[in-house]
Amino acid sequence: MRNSWTLSESNQLKPRHKRIALIGGGLVAIGVAAALVLNALNSNIAFFVTPTEVAEGKAPQDKTFRIGGMVKDGSLRRDNLTVHFAITDTAKEVPVIYTGILPDLFMEGKGAVAQGRIGPDGVFVASEVLAKHDENYMPPEAQHAVDQAQQTAKTIKQ
Amino acid sequence: MSNRIVNWFKYASPQSFYPLAGKLIPWFWALAIVFTVAGLYITFFAAPTDFQQGEGYRIIFIHVPAAWMSMFIYIVMAGWAGLGLALNTRLSGMMAQALAPTGAIMAFLSLWTGAFWGKPMWGAWWVWDARLTSALILFFLYIGFIALQAAIDDPRRADKAGAILALVGVVNVPIIYFSVKWWNTLHQGASVSLTKAPTMAATMLWGMLIMALAFWMYSIAVALTRVRAIILEREAHTEWVKDLPEVQGAKQ
Repeated sequence: MRNSWTLSESNQLKPRHKRIALIGGGLVAIGVAAALVLNALNSNIAFFVTPTEVAEGKAPQDKTFRIGGMVKDGSLRRDNLTVHFAITDTAKEVPVIYTGILPDLFMEGKGAVAQGRIGPDGVFVASEVLAKHDENYMPPEAQHAVDQAQQTAKTIKQ
Repeated sequence: MSNRIVNWFKYASPQSFYPLAGKLIPWFWALAIVFTVAGLYITFFAAPTDFQQGEGYRIIFIHVPAAWMSMFIYIVMAGWAGLGLALNTRLSGMMAQALAPTGAIMAFLSLWTGAFWGKPMWGAWWVWDARLTSALILFFLYIGFIALQAAIDDPRRADKAGAILALVGVVNVPIIYFSVKWWNTLHQGASVSLTKAPTMAATMLWGMLIMALAFWMYSIAVALTRVRAIILEREAHTEWVKDLPEVQGAKQ
Protein backbone atom coordinates (compact mmCIF):
# COMPACT_ATOMS: atom_id res chain seq x y z
CA MET A 1 0.00 0.00 0.00
CA ARG A 2 2.65 2.45 1.01
CA ASN A 3 4.77 1.50 -1.95
CA SER A 4 2.10 2.28 -4.51
CA TRP A 5 1.48 5.65 -2.89
CA THR A 6 5.10 6.78 -3.35
CA LEU A 7 4.98 5.51 -6.92
CA SER A 8 2.00 7.63 -7.89
CA GLU A 9 3.60 10.57 -6.08
CA SER A 10 6.74 10.36 -8.19
CA ASN A 11 4.68 10.11 -11.37
CA GLN A 12 2.92 13.39 -10.62
CA LEU A 13 4.50 16.64 -11.81
CA LYS A 14 5.96 18.73 -9.05
CA PRO A 15 4.21 22.13 -8.79
CA ARG A 16 7.49 23.79 -9.71
CA HIS A 17 7.71 21.84 -12.96
CA LYS A 18 4.08 22.53 -13.68
CA ARG A 19 4.70 26.26 -13.31
CA ILE A 20 7.78 26.14 -15.57
CA ALA A 21 5.75 24.30 -18.21
CA LEU A 22 2.92 26.85 -17.86
CA ILE A 23 5.33 29.78 -18.28
CA GLY A 24 7.00 28.12 -21.28
CA GLY A 25 3.66 27.30 -22.88
CA GLY A 26 2.37 30.80 -22.21
CA LEU A 27 5.41 32.39 -23.84
CA VAL A 28 5.05 30.19 -26.92
CA ALA A 29 1.33 31.03 -27.16
CA ILE A 30 2.01 34.77 -26.91
CA GLY A 31 4.80 34.47 -29.46
CA VAL A 32 2.54 32.69 -31.95
CA ALA A 33 -0.28 35.20 -31.37
CA ALA A 34 2.10 38.13 -31.89
CA ALA A 35 3.50 36.53 -35.07
CA LEU A 36 -0.02 36.03 -36.49
CA VAL A 37 -1.11 39.58 -35.66
CA LEU A 38 2.04 41.11 -37.11
CA ASN A 39 1.73 38.98 -40.22
CA ALA A 40 -1.86 40.11 -40.71
CA LEU A 41 -0.89 43.75 -40.25
CA ASN A 42 2.20 43.40 -42.41
CA SER A 43 1.27 45.94 -45.08
CA ASN A 44 0.12 48.48 -42.49
CA ILE A 45 3.33 48.30 -40.49
CA ALA A 46 5.44 49.23 -43.52
CA PHE A 47 6.43 52.88 -43.24
CA PHE A 48 6.48 53.46 -46.99
CA VAL A 49 5.74 51.77 -50.32
CA THR A 50 8.36 51.32 -53.03
CA PRO A 51 8.07 52.62 -56.62
CA THR A 52 7.63 49.01 -57.83
CA GLU A 53 4.61 48.63 -55.54
CA VAL A 54 3.22 51.91 -56.91
CA ALA A 55 3.65 50.60 -60.47
CA GLU A 56 1.82 47.41 -59.48
CA GLY A 57 -1.08 49.53 -58.22
CA LYS A 58 -0.58 48.62 -54.59
CA ALA A 59 -0.43 52.25 -53.49
CA PRO A 60 -3.68 53.80 -52.22
CA GLN A 61 -5.47 56.02 -54.73
CA ASP A 62 -6.78 59.46 -53.64
CA LYS A 63 -5.17 59.04 -50.26
CA THR A 64 -1.89 60.26 -48.83
CA PHE A 65 0.83 57.66 -48.41
CA ARG A 66 4.59 57.54 -48.14
CA ILE A 67 6.88 56.50 -50.93
CA GLY A 68 10.48 55.47 -50.22
CA GLY A 69 13.61 54.66 -52.14
CA MET A 70 16.74 56.30 -53.53
CA VAL A 71 16.82 59.78 -54.99
CA LYS A 72 17.77 59.03 -58.61
CA ASP A 73 21.18 60.32 -59.64
CA GLY A 74 20.91 63.37 -61.87
CA SER A 75 17.15 63.77 -61.31
CA LEU A 76 17.30 66.59 -58.75
CA ARG A 77 16.21 69.95 -60.20
CA ARG A 78 15.57 73.06 -58.13
CA ASP A 79 13.10 75.74 -59.19
CA ASN A 80 13.16 78.39 -56.47
CA LEU A 81 11.73 76.58 -53.42
CA THR A 82 10.17 73.83 -55.50
CA VAL A 83 12.26 70.73 -56.07
CA HIS A 84 11.76 68.05 -58.66
CA PHE A 85 13.35 64.64 -58.27
CA ALA A 86 12.67 60.97 -58.92
CA ILE A 87 12.50 58.25 -56.29
CA THR A 88 13.73 54.92 -57.56
CA ASP A 89 14.22 51.38 -56.29
CA THR A 90 16.43 50.70 -59.35
CA ALA A 91 13.57 48.78 -61.06
CA LYS A 92 10.89 51.49 -61.24
CA GLU A 93 10.85 55.21 -60.51
CA VAL A 94 8.29 57.83 -59.56
CA PRO A 95 8.71 61.58 -60.25
CA VAL A 96 8.21 63.74 -57.15
CA ILE A 97 7.52 67.44 -56.76
CA TYR A 98 7.94 69.17 -53.41
CA THR A 99 7.89 72.75 -52.17
CA GLY A 100 9.69 73.37 -48.93
CA ILE A 101 12.92 72.88 -47.04
CA LEU A 102 14.74 69.58 -47.45
CA PRO A 103 16.64 67.90 -44.60
CA ASP A 104 20.45 68.15 -44.64
CA LEU A 105 20.98 64.52 -45.54
CA PHE A 106 18.75 64.72 -48.62
CA MET A 107 20.89 64.21 -51.72
CA GLU A 108 21.09 62.28 -54.95
CA GLY A 109 21.91 58.59 -54.60
CA LYS A 110 20.73 58.53 -50.95
CA GLY A 111 17.56 57.21 -49.38
CA ALA A 112 14.50 59.43 -48.96
CA VAL A 113 10.89 59.04 -47.91
CA ALA A 114 8.21 61.42 -49.25
CA GLN A 115 4.65 61.78 -47.96
CA GLY A 116 1.88 63.01 -50.22
CA ARG A 117 -0.46 61.82 -52.93
CA ILE A 118 -0.06 60.80 -56.54
CA GLY A 119 -1.68 63.06 -59.13
CA PRO A 120 -3.54 61.95 -62.29
CA ASP A 121 -0.39 62.75 -64.31
CA GLY A 122 1.58 60.23 -62.29
CA VAL A 123 3.60 62.88 -60.43
CA PHE A 124 3.82 62.41 -56.69
CA VAL A 125 3.05 65.71 -54.93
CA ALA A 126 4.86 65.58 -51.59
CA SER A 127 3.87 67.55 -48.51
CA GLU A 128 6.81 66.26 -46.46
CA VAL A 129 10.20 64.82 -47.39
CA LEU A 130 12.38 62.90 -44.93
CA ALA A 131 15.92 61.69 -45.50
CA LYS A 132 16.56 58.02 -44.79
CA HIS A 133 20.04 57.40 -43.50
CA ASP A 134 21.85 54.12 -44.15
CA GLU A 135 23.85 52.10 -41.64
CA ASN A 136 27.27 53.27 -42.89
CA TYR A 137 29.38 55.50 -40.67
CA MET A 138 32.84 56.55 -41.80
CA PRO A 139 35.22 59.51 -41.85
CA PRO A 140 35.28 61.71 -45.02
CA GLU A 141 38.73 60.38 -45.99
CA ALA A 142 37.41 56.82 -46.07
CA GLN A 143 34.47 57.90 -48.22
CA HIS A 144 36.95 59.62 -50.56
CA ALA A 145 38.98 56.39 -50.81
CA VAL A 146 35.81 54.38 -51.55
CA ASP A 147 34.81 56.84 -54.29
CA GLN A 148 38.26 56.64 -55.87
CA ALA A 149 38.28 52.84 -55.79
CA GLN A 150 34.86 52.77 -57.46
CA GLN A 151 36.09 55.23 -60.07
CA THR A 152 39.14 53.05 -60.81
CA ALA A 153 36.95 49.94 -61.05
CA LYS A 154 34.74 51.75 -63.57
CA THR A 155 37.70 52.81 -65.73
CA ILE A 156 39.12 49.29 -65.72
CA LYS A 157 35.75 47.88 -66.86
CA GLN A 158 35.63 50.37 -69.73
CA MET B 1 32.75 20.67 -7.30
CA SER B 2 29.48 19.99 -5.51
CA ASN B 3 30.66 22.45 -2.90
CA ARG B 4 30.75 25.20 -5.54
CA ILE B 5 27.16 24.52 -6.66
CA VAL B 6 25.99 24.78 -3.07
CA ASN B 7 27.81 28.11 -2.78
CA TRP B 8 25.95 29.58 -5.77
CA PHE B 9 22.59 28.65 -4.32
CA LYS B 10 23.63 30.23 -1.05
CA TYR B 11 23.47 33.66 -2.74
CA ALA B 12 19.86 33.09 -3.76
CA SER B 13 18.83 34.11 -0.25
CA PRO B 14 18.54 37.84 0.40
CA GLN B 15 20.50 37.51 3.64
CA SER B 16 23.67 36.26 1.93
CA PHE B 17 23.21 38.28 -1.26
CA TYR B 18 22.99 41.59 0.62
CA PRO B 19 26.65 41.67 1.80
CA LEU B 20 27.90 40.21 -1.51
CA ALA B 21 26.17 42.98 -3.48
CA GLY B 22 27.63 45.53 -1.07
CA LYS B 23 31.13 44.22 -1.80
CA LEU B 24 30.61 44.22 -5.60
CA ILE B 25 29.08 47.70 -5.99
CA PRO B 26 32.34 49.76 -5.64
CA TRP B 27 34.04 47.60 -8.28
CA PHE B 28 31.25 48.13 -10.79
CA TRP B 29 31.26 51.86 -10.08
CA ALA B 30 35.03 52.00 -10.63
CA LEU B 31 34.73 50.14 -13.94
CA ALA B 32 31.80 52.35 -14.98
CA ILE B 33 33.88 55.50 -14.38
CA VAL B 34 36.92 54.10 -16.26
CA PHE B 35 34.85 53.06 -19.27
CA THR B 36 32.85 56.31 -19.27
CA VAL B 37 35.99 58.46 -19.27
CA ALA B 38 37.61 56.37 -22.03
CA GLY B 39 34.37 56.21 -24.02
CA LEU B 40 33.69 59.95 -23.77
CA TYR B 41 37.28 60.70 -24.79
CA ILE B 42 36.78 58.64 -27.96
CA THR B 43 33.32 60.19 -28.47
CA PHE B 44 34.49 63.77 -28.45
CA PHE B 45 38.18 63.69 -29.43
CA ALA B 46 39.35 60.45 -31.06
CA ALA B 47 36.40 59.50 -33.29
CA PRO B 48 36.47 61.12 -36.74
CA THR B 49 33.70 63.25 -38.23
CA ASP B 50 31.19 61.32 -40.34
CA PHE B 51 31.34 61.83 -44.12
CA GLN B 52 27.64 62.67 -44.35
CA GLN B 53 26.23 63.55 -40.97
CA GLY B 54 29.14 65.68 -39.76
CA GLU B 55 29.34 66.00 -35.96
CA GLY B 56 25.71 65.16 -35.32
CA TYR B 57 26.33 61.43 -35.59
CA ARG B 58 28.16 61.50 -32.25
CA ILE B 59 24.81 61.05 -30.54
CA ILE B 60 25.07 57.32 -31.41
CA PHE B 61 27.65 56.93 -28.64
CA ILE B 62 24.80 57.43 -26.18
CA HIS B 63 21.84 56.39 -28.33
CA VAL B 64 22.99 52.90 -29.36
CA PRO B 65 24.30 51.71 -25.95
CA ALA B 66 21.13 53.04 -24.30
CA ALA B 67 18.93 51.23 -26.82
CA TRP B 68 20.89 48.00 -26.41
CA MET B 69 20.65 48.22 -22.62
CA SER B 70 16.93 48.96 -22.69
CA MET B 71 16.31 45.71 -24.60
CA PHE B 72 18.85 43.62 -22.69
CA ILE B 73 17.70 44.78 -19.23
CA TYR B 74 14.14 43.89 -20.19
CA ILE B 75 15.17 40.33 -21.08
CA VAL B 76 17.12 39.97 -17.82
CA MET B 77 14.22 41.45 -15.85
CA ALA B 78 11.74 39.06 -17.48
CA GLY B 79 14.18 36.20 -16.83
CA TRP B 80 14.31 37.02 -13.10
CA ALA B 81 10.55 37.47 -13.03
CA GLY B 82 9.98 34.10 -14.69
CA LEU B 83 12.44 32.42 -12.31
CA GLY B 84 10.62 33.93 -9.34
CA LEU B 85 7.27 32.76 -10.69
CA ALA B 86 8.52 29.21 -11.31
CA LEU B 87 10.69 28.62 -8.25
CA ASN B 88 9.08 31.00 -5.74
CA THR B 89 12.46 32.45 -4.78
CA ARG B 90 12.31 35.75 -2.93
CA LEU B 91 15.39 37.34 -4.45
CA SER B 92 14.20 36.96 -8.07
CA GLY B 93 11.28 39.34 -7.67
CA MET B 94 13.52 41.84 -5.90
CA MET B 95 16.03 41.70 -8.78
CA ALA B 96 13.29 42.27 -11.35
CA GLN B 97 11.96 45.20 -9.33
CA ALA B 98 15.48 46.65 -9.01
CA LEU B 99 16.19 46.45 -12.75
CA ALA B 100 12.97 48.08 -13.99
CA PRO B 101 13.79 51.78 -13.27
CA THR B 102 17.22 51.49 -14.91
CA GLY B 103 15.66 49.85 -17.96
CA ALA B 104 13.05 52.59 -18.14
CA ILE B 105 15.77 55.26 -18.01
CA MET B 106 17.66 53.52 -20.82
CA ALA B 107 14.52 53.26 -22.95
CA PHE B 108 13.77 56.93 -22.35
CA LEU B 109 17.37 57.93 -23.19
CA SER B 110 17.28 56.04 -26.47
CA LEU B 111 13.97 57.68 -27.47
CA TRP B 112 15.11 61.14 -26.41
CA THR B 113 18.55 61.05 -28.08
CA GLY B 114 16.95 59.47 -31.14
CA ALA B 115 14.57 62.43 -31.44
CA PHE B 116 17.50 64.85 -31.18
CA TRP B 117 19.25 62.99 -33.99
CA GLY B 118 16.12 62.56 -36.09
CA LYS B 119 15.31 66.26 -36.41
CA PRO B 120 18.55 67.33 -38.17
CA MET B 121 19.13 64.06 -40.06
CA TRP B 122 15.69 62.83 -41.14
CA GLY B 123 13.85 66.12 -40.84
CA ALA B 124 11.44 64.87 -38.15
CA TRP B 125 11.57 64.50 -34.36
CA TRP B 126 9.37 61.44 -34.45
CA VAL B 127 7.78 59.14 -37.02
CA TRP B 128 5.47 56.19 -36.40
CA ASP B 129 7.62 53.56 -38.04
CA ALA B 130 7.93 50.02 -36.68
CA ARG B 131 11.26 50.55 -34.87
CA LEU B 132 10.30 53.76 -33.10
CA THR B 133 6.82 52.58 -32.18
CA SER B 134 8.02 49.26 -30.73
CA ALA B 135 10.74 51.08 -28.75
CA LEU B 136 8.07 53.41 -27.33
CA ILE B 137 6.01 50.34 -26.34
CA LEU B 138 9.07 48.99 -24.50
CA PHE B 139 9.24 52.23 -22.49
CA PHE B 140 5.53 51.92 -21.65
CA LEU B 141 6.05 48.27 -20.60
CA TYR B 142 8.70 49.38 -18.09
CA ILE B 143 6.42 52.13 -16.75
CA GLY B 144 3.53 49.63 -16.57
CA PHE B 145 5.66 47.11 -14.69
CA ILE B 146 6.80 49.73 -12.15
CA ALA B 147 3.25 51.04 -11.71
CA LEU B 148 1.71 47.58 -11.33
CA GLN B 149 4.26 46.55 -8.71
CA ALA B 150 3.80 49.80 -6.81
CA ALA B 151 0.02 49.47 -6.87
CA ILE B 152 -0.05 46.13 -5.00
CA ASP B 153 0.80 46.33 -1.30
CA ASP B 154 1.79 42.72 -0.67
CA PRO B 155 5.28 42.43 -2.22
CA ARG B 156 4.95 38.72 -3.09
CA ARG B 157 1.68 39.30 -4.95
CA ALA B 158 3.16 42.41 -6.58
CA ASP B 159 6.06 40.28 -7.79
CA LYS B 160 3.70 37.73 -9.31
CA ALA B 161 1.56 40.30 -11.11
CA GLY B 162 4.64 42.14 -12.35
CA ALA B 163 6.23 38.89 -13.50
CA ILE B 164 3.28 38.07 -15.75
CA LEU B 165 3.39 41.54 -17.31
CA ALA B 166 7.17 41.29 -17.80
CA LEU B 167 6.88 37.86 -19.44
CA VAL B 168 4.07 38.92 -21.77
CA GLY B 169 6.04 42.01 -22.78
CA VAL B 170 9.20 40.09 -23.61
CA VAL B 171 7.72 39.27 -27.03
CA ASN B 172 8.26 42.94 -27.90
CA VAL B 173 12.06 42.74 -27.65
CA PRO B 174 12.69 40.63 -30.79
CA ILE B 175 10.11 42.80 -32.59
CA ILE B 176 12.18 45.91 -31.78
CA TYR B 177 15.42 44.24 -32.80
CA PHE B 178 14.22 42.79 -36.11
CA SER B 179 11.72 45.54 -37.02
CA VAL B 180 14.24 47.19 -39.35
CA LYS B 181 14.68 43.87 -41.15
CA TRP B 182 11.08 42.67 -41.34
CA TRP B 183 9.45 45.89 -42.51
CA ASN B 184 10.62 48.96 -44.34
CA THR B 185 11.20 51.64 -41.73
CA LEU B 186 12.68 55.11 -41.66
CA HIS B 187 15.13 53.95 -39.01
CA GLN B 188 18.29 52.52 -40.59
CA GLY B 189 19.33 48.90 -40.23
CA ALA B 190 21.87 47.65 -37.69
CA SER B 191 25.45 48.84 -38.20
CA VAL B 192 26.73 46.23 -35.75
CA SER B 193 25.39 42.70 -35.66
CA LEU B 194 26.62 39.18 -35.04
CA THR B 195 25.99 38.02 -38.59
CA LYS B 196 28.01 40.54 -40.59
CA ALA B 197 31.01 42.83 -40.38
CA PRO B 198 30.25 46.21 -38.80
CA THR B 199 29.59 49.00 -41.30
CA MET B 200 31.34 51.75 -39.42
CA ALA B 201 34.89 53.02 -39.01
CA ALA B 202 36.96 51.17 -36.36
CA THR B 203 37.41 54.14 -33.99
CA MET B 204 33.68 54.87 -34.03
CA LEU B 205 32.93 51.21 -33.36
CA TRP B 206 35.36 51.07 -30.43
CA GLY B 207 33.90 54.23 -28.96
CA MET B 208 30.43 52.74 -29.14
CA LEU B 209 31.46 49.39 -27.65
CA ILE B 210 33.34 51.05 -24.76
CA MET B 211 30.36 53.30 -24.07
CA ALA B 212 28.18 50.17 -24.09
CA LEU B 213 30.48 48.60 -21.47
CA ALA B 214 30.21 51.78 -19.40
CA PHE B 215 26.41 51.55 -19.57
CA TRP B 216 26.60 47.89 -18.52
CA MET B 217 28.74 48.63 -15.48
CA TYR B 218 26.58 51.60 -14.47
CA SER B 219 23.41 49.51 -14.82
CA ILE B 220 24.80 46.67 -12.69
CA ALA B 221 26.05 49.11 -10.02
CA VAL B 222 22.73 50.96 -9.65
CA ALA B 223 20.66 47.76 -9.86
CA LEU B 224 22.70 46.19 -7.05
CA THR B 225 22.39 49.37 -4.95
CA ARG B 226 18.65 49.34 -5.52
CA VAL B 227 18.26 45.63 -4.74
CA ARG B 228 20.05 46.21 -1.41
CA ALA B 229 17.54 48.90 -0.54
CA ILE B 230 14.65 46.59 -1.53
CA ILE B 231 16.09 43.76 0.60
CA LEU B 232 16.33 46.07 3.63
CA GLU B 233 12.76 47.27 3.10
CA ARG B 234 11.19 43.85 2.60
CA GLU B 235 13.21 42.05 5.28
CA ALA B 236 12.98 44.88 7.82
CA HIS B 237 11.17 42.61 10.29
CA THR B 238 13.95 39.98 10.35
CA GLU B 239 16.64 39.64 13.02
CA TRP B 240 19.55 39.77 10.58
CA VAL B 241 18.46 43.14 9.20
CA LYS B 242 17.95 44.53 12.72
CA ASP B 243 21.47 43.37 13.60
CA LEU B 244 23.14 45.07 10.60
CA PRO B 245 25.59 47.77 11.71
CA GLU B 246 24.11 50.30 9.22
CA VAL B 247 20.60 49.69 10.62
CA GLN B 248 21.83 49.90 14.22
CA GLY B 249 23.70 53.10 13.41
CA ALA B 250 20.63 54.69 11.80
CA LYS B 251 18.54 54.08 14.89
CA GLN B 252 20.85 55.95 17.24
